[in-house]
This record gives sequence, structure tokens and C-alpha cells, in this order.
Amino acid sequence: MSMTTSVAPSLPIQSRGAPPGAGALAWMKENLFANWLSTAVTLVLGYVIVRVVVALVAWAVIGAVWSVPYSATGVPDTSVCMNAKGTGACWAVIADKYRLILFGRYPYAEQWRPALAVLIFIGLYVVSAMRRFWRKDLPLIWIAALTVVGVLMWGGVFGLSPVTDDYWGGLPITLILATFGLAFAFPLAILIALGRRSTQLPAVRMLCVVFVELIRGVPLISVLFMASVMFPLFMPEGVSIDKLLRAQIAVILFSAAYLAEVVRGGLQALPRGQHEAADALGLSYWKKTGFIILPQALRLVIPPLVNTFIGFFKDTSLVLIVGLFDLLTMGKVALSDPPWQSFSTEVYLALGVVYIAFCFAMSRYSRGLERELGASQRH
Amino acid sequence: MSQATIDSRLISDRSAPRRPLRLSWSDPRFRAIVWQVVILGGVAAIVWYLIDNTSRNLASRHIATGFGFLGRTAGIPIGESLISYNPALDTYGRALVIGVLNTLKVSVIGVVLATILGTLIGIGRLSKNWLMARLTAFYVETIRDLPLLLQLLFWYTILQGLPAPRNALSIGGVVYLSNRGLKLPTLNWESAHDATLLALLAGAVGTWWWNRRARLRQEATGERPAVWPVALALLVALPAGIWAILGAPFQWDIPALRGFNFQGGTNISPEYFALLLGLVIYTAGYTAEIVRSGIQAVAHGQWEAAGALGLKRGHILRHIVLPQALRVIIPPMTSQYLNLTKNSSLAVAIGYQDLVSIANTTLNQTGQAIEGIAVIMAVYLTISLSISLFMNWYNARIALVER
Repeated sequence: MSMTTSVAPSLPIQSRGAPPGAGALAWMKENLFANWLSTAVTLVLGYVIVRVVVALVAWAVIGAVWSVPYSATGVPDTSVCMNAKGTGACWAVIADKYRLILFGRYPYAEQWRPALAVLIFIGLYVVSAMRRFWRKDLPLIWIAALTVVGVLMWGGVFGLSPVTDDYWGGLPITLILATFGLAFAFPLAILIALGRRSTQLPAVRMLCVVFVELIRGVPLISVLFMASVMFPLFMPEGVSIDKLLRAQIAVILFSAAYLAEVVRGGLQALPRGQHEAADALGLSYWKKTGFIILPQALRLVIPPLVNTFIGFFKDTSLVLIVGLFDLLTMGKVALSDPPWQSFSTEVYLALGVVYIAFCFAMSRYSRGLERELGASQRH
Repeated sequence: MSQATIDSRLISDRSAPRRPLRLSWSDPRFRAIVWQVVILGGVAAIVWYLIDNTSRNLASRHIATGFGFLGRTAGIPIGESLISYNPALDTYGRALVIGVLNTLKVSVIGVVLATILGTLIGIGRLSKNWLMARLTAFYVETIRDLPLLLQLLFWYTILQGLPAPRNALSIGGVVYLSNRGLKLPTLNWESAHDATLLALLAGAVGTWWWNRRARLRQEATGERPAVWPVALALLVALPAGIWAILGAPFQWDIPALRGFNFQGGTNISPEYFALLLGLVIYTAGYTAEIVRSGIQAVAHGQWEAAGALGLKRGHILRHIVLPQALRVIIPPMTSQYLNLTKNSSLAVAIGYQDLVSIANTTLNQTGQAIEGIAVIMAVYLTISLSISLFMNWYNARIALVER
């Protein structure tokens, strides 16, 4: 804690920086070589960064193996990769397995369908991010998009061959769990948050508090275990719900508890006067909530909502433990193929790139929005 | 929360005398009662339906119920344990206790290390040095965008890819890193060390008492007796003296390669090491941001005002800045500690035998899924509630006293 001594008093200076147009040299003097300590830090870090980047480029680009020859039976000959191990990456494993990792065991000829579903999901995120669409139609757009995704994945209509969800896998599973989770958890979360804020219905408030604290107090993995081993016991005899749906329900319940707290934050941030003004107009509870409170409260919580969604997006990888084939599981499945077993670093890095692409875009968006909303609230 | 509702009810009671309840839909209190009965009744009906189904299913599948299995012999092989364990003799109950201890072992050390690393990185993000600020920002952004499970699997495969003990990486000939884990030297523990520790403890109590006395004296007379000579004597000289009187034993047990593996010292298994590494690196990405925002929350004027009062730098930091920064830092930090503890359950994916892993094996062997999951949830709820109670107490203690 005592390290704060050297930093805290110099904070505001940081924002001052060099005057504009002072040139690169002045900027470097100000930001890299301000005093002997700063110079030492710059030199040490610079040396380490250069060493790491050079080693990384040598491994990932210069010494890398991009493809390997295949035998007549289609078995890859990985001896080139084996020889390069330690000095060069074997990206051939990605070239060989990327369809399996991205789309799982979905019938090969039909894999345009999950690919299209992924594009629809991305389009849905982009549309939801645009202020222009923050209207009453947004839920309709979500319902339409999720229906199209369901039709594409399951098939069975419009001449699409039916594919049961045992064959789904890869990126669509990750996106389905996270997005459907959000779509179903969000309305539930609003109800729970309202219930928790209710002063008229103490029993309902207790129920909501117990639900939220119970779910937030245990790890997601235990909720997933519960879904995978206890849900079958809950159902009447003869009724079975499949693995994906069970995990989806677990994700929904889990998300609802966390989202409820986010929504509650928005409700609490709203000035009391809004409630009182709505009451003064003689609006009923639901009219007050639907037309006055929620539209304002939900706007306030969009940035934390995006952050929570990033969390869910990453957390869907936990379904690996209950044996569902999401993106991460498919990476492990690809690695279980004997010729590729020793190239896990390459596969994990490639998976990391996919996760970072999604999460980075979302977190950049959320931070930009936070700044914008924060700026508009200040005046 | 409940405080506010009680207050508002008191106020409304005072302003409007309570009318008798009318059995009419136009009475809001009657409506509230009806709605609560309907909602609670619905929830109770669903719960009853699920319990009824479950008991029928359990009966038709001949699955035992109750916690009798806790007393039966487990037969689960457990790799690392803080207490003695024999799979052929010991019970499921003892195996689960080991699981809880293993969870605590990784969580407690993880919390400490994640706090230290997060503080360093959070301060690094505020550095005036552009390279330092950029590098730490890059760390925070990247680490938070990757699923923890992916990171754990990555670290675990890296550790498994290390050379065998024969070619272990050595640090100064005392610490060895191989695919069997991390070998550290240990101190040969003797009774003199127990005595030294006791002396240190006594010294700490004495210092605390002396400090309290100094404070009371300062409040009474305005003069503060020096604390540091007494602290030095009690905390350093006393333990060192006792250690020297008892012969100053100091013998390291340094690991050495015998045959295919190391002998001596203590071993940190690759599973534990990977889990700790992953948890600390991941959580530090979050704690760094908390520390950064906490430090930024203290206005610069606070330093200047305290300086103008003539306070010394150390006093400004201790009495002015840290109390204000901690007030911002502690609530989100608590939830990160809780997250780390809950995230330690991902151990099951890399084979570290924490509570979830052992409970999972137990429920697979006994078939008693409900009890197994109940054990997991009860333990985590207990840990979560105790941490948040403790942190709430601490938070209340340091909270701003407002009028």
C-alpha cells in the first residue's frame, strides 16, 4: 500500500501532458524520460517488450508451419510441425480443424447454417448497440432474430434438413447460450428487481432477495451441475429435457440474478421525484413502472448491462465441465485427435483470439457509452 | 434496504392513521395481500410439484436419500490434502472436508496474491511513464477479455509441457520447476521456531497496547510518546533474542534430485500451481481497475490541503488519502474476493481436487445428486456470507461518519 506514495500526488499532472505541437522529442521527454526512475522503467520495459515481440514473431510468423501434407487416407502428417516445435507455431492444426472448432459436428454440407446464425447474432449485437434502435421495436427485432436462428439451426422447415441439437457445437452454442440467456433472463431480472424494491409486498420481496442472494452466493458451475443432474429428477416420469436446454435454463437463472442487481442499481439511481410525480398524476403501478420508471432506469444501466453480458459470454465456456460442445470444448475435442495432441498452445491462442474479438468490441462499446452518458448527465 | 422501508412505513403511519382493512379490491392493502398469497401460492405449488416428482423419481430409481453416505468409506484417491487421508479407511465426510480445505487453500492465497498484483498493476496504470501505463492497460484489457477457464487450461498445458524432473528448470539451485510442479525449500521446523513465533505474537499484542496508550496520552495531553523504539524492541529484538537464546537453529531442507523425482522440500502440484496462477492473473485484471479508480477518486486537493496543515507525507497517506481511497476500493474488492473464491471451483476442469471436484466424484459414486449439490451450495454460501459479513463490518468501521 505504501507504493501509492510515489504516484498519488502526481496524478493530475498526467492529464496535463505535453503542450500540443511540441514535437515527438518533447513528448518522449515528458512521457518516457521525465526523470531517472521513468527512464529506467522505460529502458527495462522497452528491452523486455522488444525481446518478447521478437520471440513471438519468430515463433508465430517466421518459424510457423501453416499447412502439412496429408496421406492418401486423409491423415495429416505432422512431422514438420513436430520438428518445428519450440521454434515455430503449428498453425496447420487450425487450418485442419477450424470448421470443427467453429461449428462442431454440425453436418459438414450444412455448416453455412450455423455460419449464418453467427452472422445474425453479430448483426443483432450491432443493431442493439445503435441508439437509433433503442425503441419499443428492439424486443421485436430480438424475437425475430432469435426465431430465425432457431429455424436455421434446427431446420425441418423451408426445405432445411432437420438437425437435432446433439450435433450443434462450437461458436453458435457459445452465442446461443449467452444471447438466449440474456433474452430470457432480462424480463425475469426486471420482475425480480421490481419485486426486491417493492415496499407493498414484503413476502415477494423476501422471495426475490433469497433467490438473488442464493444464486449469487454459489459458483455458476454448481448451478450447471444442478441443471445437469437434478433437473432430470425434477421432471415427471417419461419427460426428459435435453442437455442444451438444461444448461440454457441454468444460464438463464444465473444471469437473471446478476441482471436483477444491475437493474436494481438503475432503479435506485432514479430520483425519488420521478416516482412521486408519476403517483401525483394518478398512474397505476404498472403504468408508472412501464412508462416512467423503467425507460429511464434501463437507459442508466446499459453500460453495466454490457459488462455483465461480457461476463456471461465468457462464462458460457463453463459448460465444458458438464459436457456441452461450446467453442472451448470444441477446441479440446480438436486437440483429442492424436496427430494434433501436442499443439494445444496454438489452439488455445486461436480460441483466445475469437473470445477477445467479441469481448473487446463489447467492452470498447460499453466504455464509450459510459463516457457519453456520463457526459450528458453532467449538465 | 430494509432500513429505508421501515423508515417510510413509520412516516406514513405518523402522517395518516391506519384505516381498518376493507375486503375490497379498491383497498391497496387488501390487493397487496391477495397478490402475495397468489404469488407465494404459485411458487409453493411449483416447488411442491418438483419435490413430488423428485421423490417419485428417487423411489423408482432406488436412489437413497439423506446424508448417511457421509459416514461411509470414500475410496476416492486424493492427491493433495492438508490433513491426513487414507482412501481405504476414511469417509466421504472427511474427503469433503479436504475438498473445503483445498478450496480455502487456493482462495486465501489467491486473494492475497491477486490483491498485491492488482495493486501494483493499478498503480502502474496511473504511471506518468507512457510505456508503463500502456503495458498495464494492455494487460488489464486482454486478461479480462479471455474466459478464465481458457486461461486455466492454457496455464495447465504450459506447466505440463515443462521438462521432466531430470531436466527441471532451476532457480539458484534451490527452487525447481518441472512437469511435476514447483519444488520449494522448507525450513526444518523446531521447537525454537514455535517459541519465536509466540514471542512475535506477544510482541504484536504489546505493540498494539503501547500504541493505544500513546494515542490516549496524545488525546489527553497533546503529546505523543514515541512508539517506534518500543515496537522495534517488541517486534524484532524480543523474537530474535529468544531465537538466539534457544540456539538459533536455521536449517533449510533443499530439494534434490534422487532417481526420477525430487526428495526433500515441499512440492506445489502443477494443478494447484496452474489454478493459483490463472486465478491470480485473472482477478488481478479486475482488482487493478478497482485500485486505480480508488486512487483517482481522492482529489488532489486533499494532498495539498493536508500538506498546508503541515502534515508529513506518511501521515497524509495514512490519515488522509488511504482512508478515502479504501472507502471506494473495499466494496468492489469484496465482490472480487468472492468471485475468486467461486471461480476456484473451475479447479474441476484441470484436476485439482477442490470441494466441487470431490463432491462431484462423491455424487457420481453414490448417485445422491441432490445431497452432493446441497453440500457444494451450502459451503459456498457459508463462505460468501462470512466474507461479505466481515467486509460489511470492516466497511462500516471505515465508513464516513455523516450527520
